[in-house]
Amino acid sequence: MIKVNNRDQEFIHGMTIQILLEKNEFTFPGLVIKLNGKVIEDHERAQALIKDFDDVKVIHICHGG
Amino acid sequence: MNVEEMRKSHKRLTEFAYQTGTIDRGYNNRTLYINVSTNEIKEKPVSQEMKEKFIGGKGFGLKLMWDAVNDNTKWNDPENTIVVSGGPVCGTTQYPGAGKSLVVSISPATGIVIDSNVGGYFGPYLKFSGFDAMAIQGKAEKDIIIYINGDDGEIVIDEAPDEALDGHVLGEQLTEMYAKDEKDKKNISVITAGSAAKHTYMGLLNFTFYDLRRQVTRLKQAGRGGIGTVFRDKNIKGIVVRYAGTKGNSNKPANFDKVARTGIKLHREIERLDDNLMRIRQVGTANIIEVMSAHDLLPTHNFQYGTHENVVNIHSNVFRDNYLTQGLPDGCWFGCSLACAKAADKFKLKTGPYAGKLVTVDGPEYETAAGVGSNLGIFDPEAILEINFYCDTYAIDTISFGTTTAFVMECFERGIINKDITGGLELKFGNKEAALELLHQMSRGEGFGPIVGKGIRKLKQYFADNHGADYDFLHDIGMEAKGLEYSQYMSKESLAQQGGYTFANKGPQHDEAWLIFMDMVNNQIPTFDDKAEALHYFPMFRTWFGLMGFCKLPWNDIFPESNKYQDEPAKIPEHVQNYVDVYNGVTGFHIDKDELILQSERVYNFQKVFNLRLGGGSRESDIAPYRAVGPVTKEEYLSREDRYNKEMIEKIGMDPSNMTLEERIAATREYRMKQYYKLMDTVYARKGWSDQGVPTIEKLQELGMDFPDVIEVVKRYL
Repeated sequence: MIKVNNRDQEFIHGMTIQILLEKNEFTFPGLVIKLNGKVIEDHERAQALIKDFDDVKVIHICHGG
Repeated sequence: MNVEEMRKSHKRLTEFAYQTGTIDRGYNNRTLYINVSTNEIKEKPVSQEMKEKFIGGKGFGLKLMWDAVNDNTKWNDPENTIVVSGGPVCGTTQYPGAGKSLVVSISPATGIVIDSNVGGYFGPYLKFSGFDAMAIQGKAEKDIIIYINGDDGEIVIDEAPDEALDGHVLGEQLTEMYAKDEKDKKNISVITAGSAAKHTYMGLLNFTFYDLRRQVTRLKQAGRGGIGTVFRDKNIKGIVVRYAGTKGNSNKPANFDKVARTGIKLHREIERLDDNLMRIRQVGTANIIEVMSAHDLLPTHNFQYGTHENVVNIHSNVFRDNYLTQGLPDGCWFGCSLACAKAADKFKLKTGPYAGKLVTVDGPEYETAAGVGSNLGIFDPEAILEINFYCDTYAIDTISFGTTTAFVMECFERGIINKDITGGLELKFGNKEAALELLHQMSRGEGFGPIVGKGIRKLKQYFADNHGADYDFLHDIGMEAKGLEYSQYMSKESLAQQGGYTFANKGPQHDEAWLIFMDMVNNQIPTFDDKAEALHYFPMFRTWFGLMGFCKLPWNDIFPESNKYQDEPAKIPEHVQNYVDVYNGVTGFHIDKDELILQSERVYNFQKVFNLRLGGGSRESDIAPYRAVGPVTKEEYLSREDRYNKEMIEKIGMDPSNMTLEERIAATREYRMKQYYKLMDTVYARKGWSDQGVPTIEKLQELGMDFPDVIEVVKRYL
């Protein structure tokens, strides 16, 4: 099990940040992503592997309105 | 008839000469007062206290309104006033988004003060002409035009019988009439309403700017709350300002270099990043149509659902690739490189009095695309553009039109009303012809259109009183609060957004707090205290734009690369500091980010007291219709059954498998409304208000807003 924005989500072996974004349909253009507190740059998403029990934050900057 | 013939038919009512102003650090230190009943025109001084406590823009509007009306003033009383004010940074050309005006009046929809922000050149030109605000009071006997010649220091009021009413025609006529030549047209800005404003309570004001590339007069809208209806009730056809001397330092900042340096930093950021972020320069605010749909948040069929299989037909790229013809950044004030304004040129109209004409359509902005598109089940981009055009030129707020028509369509589909009641209009979701005909009826003042044009609050009562409808059900599905229709975000799954909308001083508009993503998706504000803090900070921060003459978009529709390393990235801290720097650079004051919030808090609390003074502002008025909070109908519950069943197990502690659908809907409602009331209590406490939502005397003293007449009002409620 991993945490995504403080919510439980099933751990899938080999899942990267990029796959997580696609799976959760996080299509927002401006995302701040942290893996266990470390900022993941845009170019690192496809390589950044998620391990079991990891804590992922996917912050959508609140534009709109 | 050409404009020279129209001009000849004018009858001069009054003339007023004044000394053209010298702006000092963002202020003229005087406002303009015009009474169209008596044709009195005069200047009023701006005191140091007024600048410190009310700052400008919406703050000046509220202060001038407070002094102009009494406790019993209604929207159509002569003493109701329309105030237009920019704010100290308004007119700055070095920093993007610094040309906004705020318009304040008593709304026909809500009966309390409404404020609406708008681009175009009027606010800056009014200021360069010598005035920090313009207050219009009274009612003219016949249709008039007010002309402010800011170059020569002259103001005239003329009876004007022959000009058109519709915004796109009148804007062109008055621009041509008052410009010396083609080149001079960029020095003209006009305020108009349109033909439907007098027949509805959702009339808007168009503010023009002349587009040199297209050689057309473009329209930006002060849309919310029916100020255009007030404008036409005063028999004002148009207000024209001419100012030919705009320069980079016209706002006379105290520290020009500081303002310019801060602006250059943001210009470079926009140039570097916008194409890969929000694409504001390409598609404007419509960029979030697909984002909202992907998150099940795009209002569809009167806010019942959050997406639809046909949304792809109105994605932002469809508008960009097929209709938005300029392919170039397009701003509504000089120096705005974020340039969100968009236009479809030579768009051929299919219906109405201008059928067959080729016109320039401004927009669609997100709110319009969602409001008259998905929320009406209309997934046809050309129909959206046509409704957008007619709303603007007739002076109808696209948000209120969309939300009200969506309500009517649901009533029609549920059999609450029928074709006998609608005058033959088959107002089903997706019926674009019926929606357009409704709009044309609003312009003509005949048929079902003007009834719908009074808005949802009046319609609920009308359907119940005249057609035997169940008022309670209508109240559940009618998306209005305080008399104002909700703008276009689905708040059902975000408690914080429900509060952001419904606690908003003027009614449910997204410009106080837009917290859906922070709350629902990011889960950044899980506790009631977290939500209350966000519902304190963001409304205060965003109120500040309205005090200044700033547009909100350059705050968080672009953000620097370093933002991801900030502790509170949602606030865009670097941009907050930009605003502090620009304000200090213009005014010569020395505020910090905390004082910025305090400036807003003063005005925000004053507006709340103003609502109380006019008979609004109660706790009850902050309660949302249930559709904003949760699923009203079986269809809505079933459309998100997994989500609601999960909530029942995890949050409510009940087993949905042992319950009927009706029982599950009822239990969900009881739980969600309890959460909502708890949020109200927490937010009120955070704001320093009583449990009835009344600012306490201690709070007003702390803010320095304990004026005797303000205290006298709150004492009635404490």
